[in-house]
Amino acid sequence: MKKSLFTAALLASVSLAGAAFAQDLRIGLNEDPDSLDPAQSRTFVSSLVYEQLCSRLFNVDVNMQITPELATDYSWSEDGKTLVLQLREGVTHHDGTPFNAASAVRVFERNMTLPVSNRKAELGSVESVEATGDYELTIHLKSPDVTLLAQLAHHAGRMYSPDAADAAGENFGQNPVCSGPYSFVSRSEGDRIVLEKFADYFDADEFHYDRIVFMPIPDTTVRLANVRAGDLDIVERTAPADVPAVQSDSRLQLFQVPNIGYQGITINVGNGPRSEGPLGANPLVRQALSLAIDRQAFNQVVFEGLYVPGNQWAAPGSAWYDEAFPVPARDVDRARALLAEAGVELPVKIEMQTGNSPVAMQAGQVIQAMASEAGFEISLRATEFATLLSENVAGNFDMSLQGWSGRIDPDANIHPFVHTTGSNNDEHYANPEIDQLLDQARREPNPAVRKDLYDQTTAILQNDLPIIYLYHIQYFFTLRDGIEGFEPYADGIIRLRGVQG
Amino acid sequence: MMRFILSRVLVAIPTLILVSIFVFLLQKLLPGDPILVMAGESRDPATIEMLRERYHMNDPVLMQYLYWLGDVLRGDLGRSLRTGLPVSDLILQKLPVTLQLAVMSMFFALLIGVPAGVIAAVKRGTLWDYLANGVALSGLSVPNFWLGIMLILLVSVNLGWLPASGYESPLVDPWRSLQTTIMPAIVLGTGIAGTLMRHTRSAMLGVLQADYVRTARAKGLSEQIVVLRHAFRNALLPIVTLSAVMFGELLAGAVLTEQIFTIPGFGKMIVDAVFNRDYAVVQGVVLVTATSFIIINLLADILYVMLNPRMRATL
Repeated sequence: MKKSLFTAALLASVSLAGAAFAQDLRIGLNEDPDSLDPAQSRTFVSSLVYEQLCSRLFNVDVNMQITPELATDYSWSEDGKTLVLQLREGVTHHDGTPFNAASAVRVFERNMTLPVSNRKAELGSVESVEATGDYELTIHLKSPDVTLLAQLAHHAGRMYSPDAADAAGENFGQNPVCSGPYSFVSRSEGDRIVLEKFADYFDADEFHYDRIVFMPIPDTTVRLANVRAGDLDIVERTAPADVPAVQSDSRLQLFQVPNIGYQGITINVGNGPRSEGPLGANPLVRQALSLAIDRQAFNQVVFEGLYVPGNQWAAPGSAWYDEAFPVPARDVDRARALLAEAGVELPVKIEMQTGNSPVAMQAGQVIQAMASEAGFEISLRATEFATLLSENVAGNFDMSLQGWSGRIDPDANIHPFVHTTGSNNDEHYANPEIDQLLDQARREPNPAVRKDLYDQTTAILQNDLPIIYLYHIQYFFTLRDGIEGFEPYADGIIRLRGVQG
Repeated sequence: MMRFILSRVLVAIPTLILVSIFVFLLQKLLPGDPILVMAGESRDPATIEMLRERYHMNDPVLMQYLYWLGDVLRGDLGRSLRTGLPVSDLILQKLPVTLQLAVMSMFFALLIGVPAGVIAAVKRGTLWDYLANGVALSGLSVPNFWLGIMLILLVSVNLGWLPASGYESPLVDPWRSLQTTIMPAIVLGTGIAGTLMRHTRSAMLGVLQADYVRTARAKGLSEQIVVLRHAFRNALLPIVTLSAVMFGELLAGAVLTEQIFTIPGFGKMIVDAVFNRDYAVVQGVVLVTATSFIIINLLADILYVMLNPRMRATL
């Protein structure tokens, strides 16, 4: 009897010790992700969860170059219409079903046919997908599309268990079954998402935490207080205003990386009657407005000098940035001269839509003040996001201060915004020359040739200015002291391979 | 008594229908297109059209209302436009959290507010009275968000005594649950304690001057018995009603406090849903809130009648 009691006590202490060693990593998110079904997701923040939950065919390295993940190799056919992928062997989904070419085909088909799928447009160039071997996947395209690799390094390339997805249908997001280093445990909407380590992950030794807990905390002050109090280990997208507090706290580490997106002013140049004013009708007026803005001072006043002033969709320093057009210095005299040349009546009265966050409104006020010195009279209209978007689409705006979070393939950062058929071309900019260049760049596999095509578009856009690019945000990550192995990525997604402490 | 309850329930039904129409129309009058937000950054036209069809956005407003009401009557509050989770599940998930917070806040408020009110009335014009009034005024005037952030900075960041935010269910870890809810409960309770103190004080003052209290005193009863048994019991009536209304308000969601402490309750759900234009969630939450408000008021009325024999006689 005594012996069995002793054994029980020993077992209990061992299990308690195990519990004590179990290591949780708590990550503070800016907002709550939407559906956790890779076919349905629409938000950036869901990518942070997927990175730990659902492996993708391709990933990107710290330089934003596409790298293998579940696809180990790929080759394009001569005509650019067939993509053959070699898949990693020995990978299992969290429900124990194997990952192979047959399962990948079913995932592609679900992504392309599920009524609620948001992957249809991303896979729009795909004609069919077939398993040409146990671990060889062949993708046939309707027309050449070099941007497909980037899509497969995003939501469209996230692999999940087709059996589990078929069984759950549209409710798959409530209990996602994927093949990443961590498997889904639970979700309490607006509160937390819990994942636990998947022991059969092909690279499990590189992941050092037993559980990952994502906690959406929208308020920046509260998020910062949590990491300072030790209740969070990592905080993504720390606000610039909080950066000095993080830097002065020895219990915290700060990491930063420029984001691949952009922020700027979208100008209504063709969307209804409001495009017919001097600003929408005359590129000289838009050039004057661009020259009236001191991008350095703007960055200093609104973002404590922590963001990156810019004048193109790619940030200075990016491989896609066109050095021939550096960020212009403010030139009020030249701006006035351009307005005189345009022959417009002064002051040029325009309205600018902004978001209703304090930062967006402050940004609007700084632009308003700077532009007034060159002869513009800007009135500001702050609206919440849903209104801003629908006013944009309806053409009920002169100009709109907004941004784009960015994608790894350049096409997604420019094509939707200035191509005549672009889904985000709210300003209705239409230029056949631009359309032709962008379509050609979409088909062009040679990066150097692509760069040249994008440079040609930049030259035109610098003159036409349907979008006045202003700055590029930086992603700031705050980490508890003691966490090692973390590297910030320009896409804002947290990678946990090798992270420990 | 039954007739009284029945008549009150009958009044509640048209109120609920009016609330549902009002909430539905209010959402429609707001500017902005939630479908564009839902479609995500890329705004693929096929996705936008699919979402419009799915949520009956292409139908006339009356049809949209009837679709929604029909589902509600079948017990289906719809699905969150954002996460796809059933609204009824979300509400069932959040309601116990807010209920726990409301009970704790109320407990804190009653514990502080009522005795302070009684003491202030009994010791009218003394230092105790001024002190209680001062504390009550501060409790009423300090905004919740400020008090919340100050408590987080002091108690969590500097002293490290309690978690800065988050929530744990008492079923999972009761101790952690208490730790995560005590600060928000105090923040929420302070304002209510102030109000309760003021009302208790004035109710007690009124009762203490009544004839029957003078009679009790004349009979030579101890001050303690006079105050607690004779005066306080009668002063309790308006406080019960007031407490019920305040509890109802707490259930409706402690919006700011839940937001600051990241408590996944009703208030936070409302804010998130409004921010994301999640119509289905907003409608479901408002409907449930209105219902619980009406039920609590009903219970308060019944309790009032039970506590007050004179009211019973008039029924």
